[in-house]
Amino acid sequence: MSMRLKTGGRLVNRASQVEFNFNGKRLFGHEGDTLASALLANDQMLVGRSFKYHRPRGIVASGAEEPNALMNMGEGAKFEPNQRATTTELFDGLSVGSQNHWPSLEYDIGAVNGLFARFLSAGFYYKMFIHPRPFWKHIYEPFIRQSAGLGKAPTEKDADTYEHLYAFYDVVVIGGGIAGLQAGRTVAASGASVLVMEQTAHWGGRAVVDGGEIGGQSTEDFVNDSLEKLAAMDNVTLKTRMMGAGVYDHGYVLGYERVSDHAPKTTGPRHRLWRIRAGQIITATGAIERPLSFAGNDIPGVMLASAVRDYVVNWGVAVGDRTVVVTNNDDAYRTAIALKQAGLDVPVILDARANGAGSLGDTAREMGIRVENGKAIAKVKGGKRVTGVAICAQAGSGGVLEEIACDAVAMSGGWSPAVHLYSHCGGKLNWDDQAVMFRPDLNRRPTDQNGEGFVTPAGSANGELALSAVLADAIARAKEAVKALGHKAPSTRVPEASEKGENAVEPVWLMPQGAGDKLRMKTWLDFQNDVKVSDVQLAALEGYESVEHTKRYTTLGMATDQGKLSNINGLATLADALNTDIPNVGTTTFRPPYTPISMGAIAGAARDEVFQPLRQTPMQGWHDENGADYEPVGHWRRAYCYRRGSETRAQAVEREILQTRKSLGLLDASTLGKLVVKGPDTGKFLDMMYTNMMSNLAVGKCRYGLMCSENGFLIDDGVVARIDEDTWLCHTTTGGADRIHAHMEEWLQTEWWDWKVYVANMTEQFAQVAVVGPNARKVLEKLGGMDVSKDALKFMQWADGTLGGFKARVYRISFSGELSYEIAVPANEGRAFWDALLEAGAEFDVMPYGTEALHVMRAEKGFIMIGDETDGTVIPQDLNMQWAISKKKEDFLGKRAQQRSHMVSPDRWKLVGLETLDGSVLPDGSYAFAPGTNANGQRKTQGRVTSTYYSPTLGRGIAMGLVHHGPDRMGEVIEFNKVDGSLVKAKIVDQVFYDAEGAKQNV
Amino acid sequence: MLLLECPYCGAKCEETELSPGGEAHIKRYGPGSSDQDFEAYLFMRENPKGVHFERWRHVYGCGKWFHAARCTQSLEVFGTYAAQTFEPPQEIKDKISAKRPGWSWRDFS
Ligand SMILES: [Zn+2]
Repeated sequence: MSMRLKTGGRLVNRASQVEFNFNGKRLFGHEGDTLASALLANDQMLVGRSFKYHRPRGIVASGAEEPNALMNMGEGAKFEPNQRATTTELFDGLSVGSQNHWPSLEYDIGAVNGLFARFLSAGFYYKMFIHPRPFWKHIYEPFIRQSAGLGKAPTEKDADTYEHLYAFYDVVVIGGGIAGLQAGRTVAASGASVLVMEQTAHWGGRAVVDGGEIGGQSTEDFVNDSLEKLAAMDNVTLKTRMMGAGVYDHGYVLGYERVSDHAPKTTGPRHRLWRIRAGQIITATGAIERPLSFAGNDIPGVMLASAVRDYVVNWGVAVGDRTVVVTNNDDAYRTAIALKQAGLDVPVILDARANGAGSLGDTAREMGIRVENGKAIAKVKGGKRVTGVAICAQAGSGGVLEEIACDAVAMSGGWSPAVHLYSHCGGKLNWDDQAVMFRPDLNRRPTDQNGEGFVTPAGSANGELALSAVLADAIARAKEAVKALGHKAPSTRVPEASEKGENAVEPVWLMPQGAGDKLRMKTWLDFQNDVKVSDVQLAALEGYESVEHTKRYTTLGMATDQGKLSNINGLATLADALNTDIPNVGTTTFRPPYTPISMGAIAGAARDEVFQPLRQTPMQGWHDENGADYEPVGHWRRAYCYRRGSETRAQAVEREILQTRKSLGLLDASTLGKLVVKGPDTGKFLDMMYTNMMSNLAVGKCRYGLMCSENGFLIDDGVVARIDEDTWLCHTTTGGADRIHAHMEEWLQTEWWDWKVYVANMTEQFAQVAVVGPNARKVLEKLGGMDVSKDALKFMQWADGTLGGFKARVYRISFSGELSYEIAVPANEGRAFWDALLEAGAEFDVMPYGTEALHVMRAEKGFIMIGDETDGTVIPQDLNMQWAISKKKEDFLGKRAQQRSHMVSPDRWKLVGLETLDGSVLPDGSYAFAPGTNANGQRKTQGRVTSTYYSPTLGRGIAMGLVHHGPDRMGEVIEFNKVDGSLVKAKIVDQVFYDAEGAKQNV
Repeated sequence: MLLLECPYCGAKCEETELSPGGEAHIKRYGPGSSDQDFEAYLFMRENPKGVHFERWRHVYGCGKWFHAARCTQSLEVFGTYAAQTFEPPQEIKDKISAKRPGWSWRDFS
């Protein structure tokens, strides 16, 4: 059983007691524990179930590479799934539950999946896709849905706060082991500014666990001494609990600081995302131990040898009483020695190498540990925990020589440099046959804006595993980095370090070498995603050669741990199955983040009202106080309607329309884009921007214009007013002001840069109110100050003046078909002007109306709306708007495109009005069917609805739509589909439903 | 997250300050042009692994469009320059030639 030892544990405070909760069980640990060490101290070997087969899973690692121990953590607004027990620091009141099991961790019904293992082999999902549909609905889908996803999704809004922080350093060192600290010291001595970050709460990395001496000091003293020296320097920043999450172009680094995960009651942000620009980046990210591939290597109690050692040395926790060590390298002997020193039993070290270990082997034997060279594990015995191992020769096919009872297995398949951060931005690797690892190629490092390398791996991350080599490499790499920045490299000397004579690691990708089918089906590569040696071999058999394809086919390395333990073993297995070598197979792409980071940290402060600031019109306060029912339009909130009492939306819209058409309505039109275009070449410029002629617009007049992209498609529309000889004012759609401003700037700056034109976006400088209805003129005359009579201010004219004391610009234009004025006043007077209109309009029962009334009234008049009648594929000709396309102009944006063959095709769908025979409202976006079916067996179509409303004015549904040969088919009845599958008949009619002769607006 | 210097305001811009505008030095074809030329102008773009010229706008800064000469493979930036030109300044062409022997203007490979 796993337990807390009486002594030992350099990180735990044995005087303290920390209470926590696992699956409802009350457990205790110490300050300094991780959740993983505390669970093991409480003999909680079983911590979860695997993804596919729901196999029992125990803790495998002691750090970020852990694949199994993922927890649902916290409750309610503090709930978060997939929290790694090995990187979760224990705190009082911590509450976690294990994942991916039902009804309980101990008795899981899904484990039955294991019985169907044969049917869940590599490519399961892909193979199932070709089965008949009914199988999907009744068998596969329910099964997949039930097993999909690890952990639970939070149901409440995150109660914590998060922030971003921008920082700049000459050098960023990622990793606080001895390589990182030594590199940091070397950089700091050059005078360059340096940030050293460590992902755990403690400095020193593996060296403080592994022991040895540096410059006559213990590794621990060396680390403390280094920290003291670094902390005393002004150009050094030290950060623990901060992970290098990603390295990006041109020296950009993301640091993920877990500020208060370990102390959730403290104030301030929970996580802080550091957005750093660095001149040089040193990745001293260490190495990750590889598991060995033998049957039963996933049974709880089988653990990485380094992790077993970490639990004993750092936390005083024994994973078992009797631990069998199995290895292909010398390092695992350190585990056996550490266990023995802690008074625990190591029945045997199984060394797959025929020649065994160097001096560490001698030490082990001297301590009385049995060492067997050339031996392997044939099979681990046990279910929910290890009960023993069967031993065989590594060279054979698994004939059992002996069985040994044990309750833990410490395995080491060698070490892989943690090259993730080095590789994020394109750093290349070479396979090192001697060291049995992919290591960075220093000649092919990621390059920066000068084409020079800017990411340098150091220490174990660079493939150096011995203490003295790590230190020497850290100093050499740090010197290179400071020189690259133009600093003088300091004269840092390499301290002397103690050395064990180690024998070389040997590649062992399958244990035993000739393991048959039966063993390989129980030999796991990816613990979290349940990928076995047999799956990768099957993929190779089925023709998969690319490692990227095999990864997706088998799901190897696609779980939340992104294959930190499984990738190298997996691609070695693939290489073997393809009968090629490892460098030929290559690695999959390393992508950020190194380990998952919280969604909160990514969002930072950008949530709720800060996520996207809302734009407000000067009259927003009035809308708020008067029942405005808002809808989002661009970054604005516009009143859809103003509801009174218990009115429905539809009732409010009907009231607003009827009263506007009968007497007087007011619309807050401030959101309309207002671009002032000025300069001697403006006429020429606007002639290019609009399809119709704007240069010949007379001062004092308005003209409706269409804008197309160079592709010919409609992008915006609006009324243009000529202000003076060289000034035009272009109104754009509400959402279009910034986009059209940018569009104009692009053409002015990049195509016609010698034209003298200036564009200013004045949208928010003016409040604008549409005064609409038969009494519109009366209310303006009541305010007084300007002659707005029929003859003084004709339709499509504008005038400056004062109205009721307000400085105003009055445009006589109409989007509703009624007598209508749009009046712009300075933004800061907008609310007062609105109030004045309401007061003056009281005698006419003035009716403020919202965007829906606006839409319905324009549709009654057959006016198009950008975004309804247009969708990025519609040209003005489709909308029968040839009248707005100049024939005189040689050129305008879109002209050439509108001459392309499919643009002039008579088969394009064209705009018509649609009138249902039963008076109902056509469903929005519905299609008109045509006889026959297309190549996919779908019904052919001949048109679609673009706008559809209930018209209170007419008392029935009205619609516009694009129909094949539509304008030539007036009076014809066609059928549109409804969501329920039924059809509705509609007659093709003229698109103008109301006041076709325009009598209402010409008064 | 590229760093590009805006040649107008001198700011060393992070990519998030900029908006991309695709390939630079594209000649506009309008009315009267052949279908082939017009199609090429609208849709055909180079996608080189190596030296490339791009349009960028300092949209969250001075608002100006500028051009960048850079290597799409190494991310090396050879220089940025005003958008009001039909081809890159000689100085930038020389710099590219020095770094990429054999390279020549308009020879995408
Ligand atoms: Zn700028």
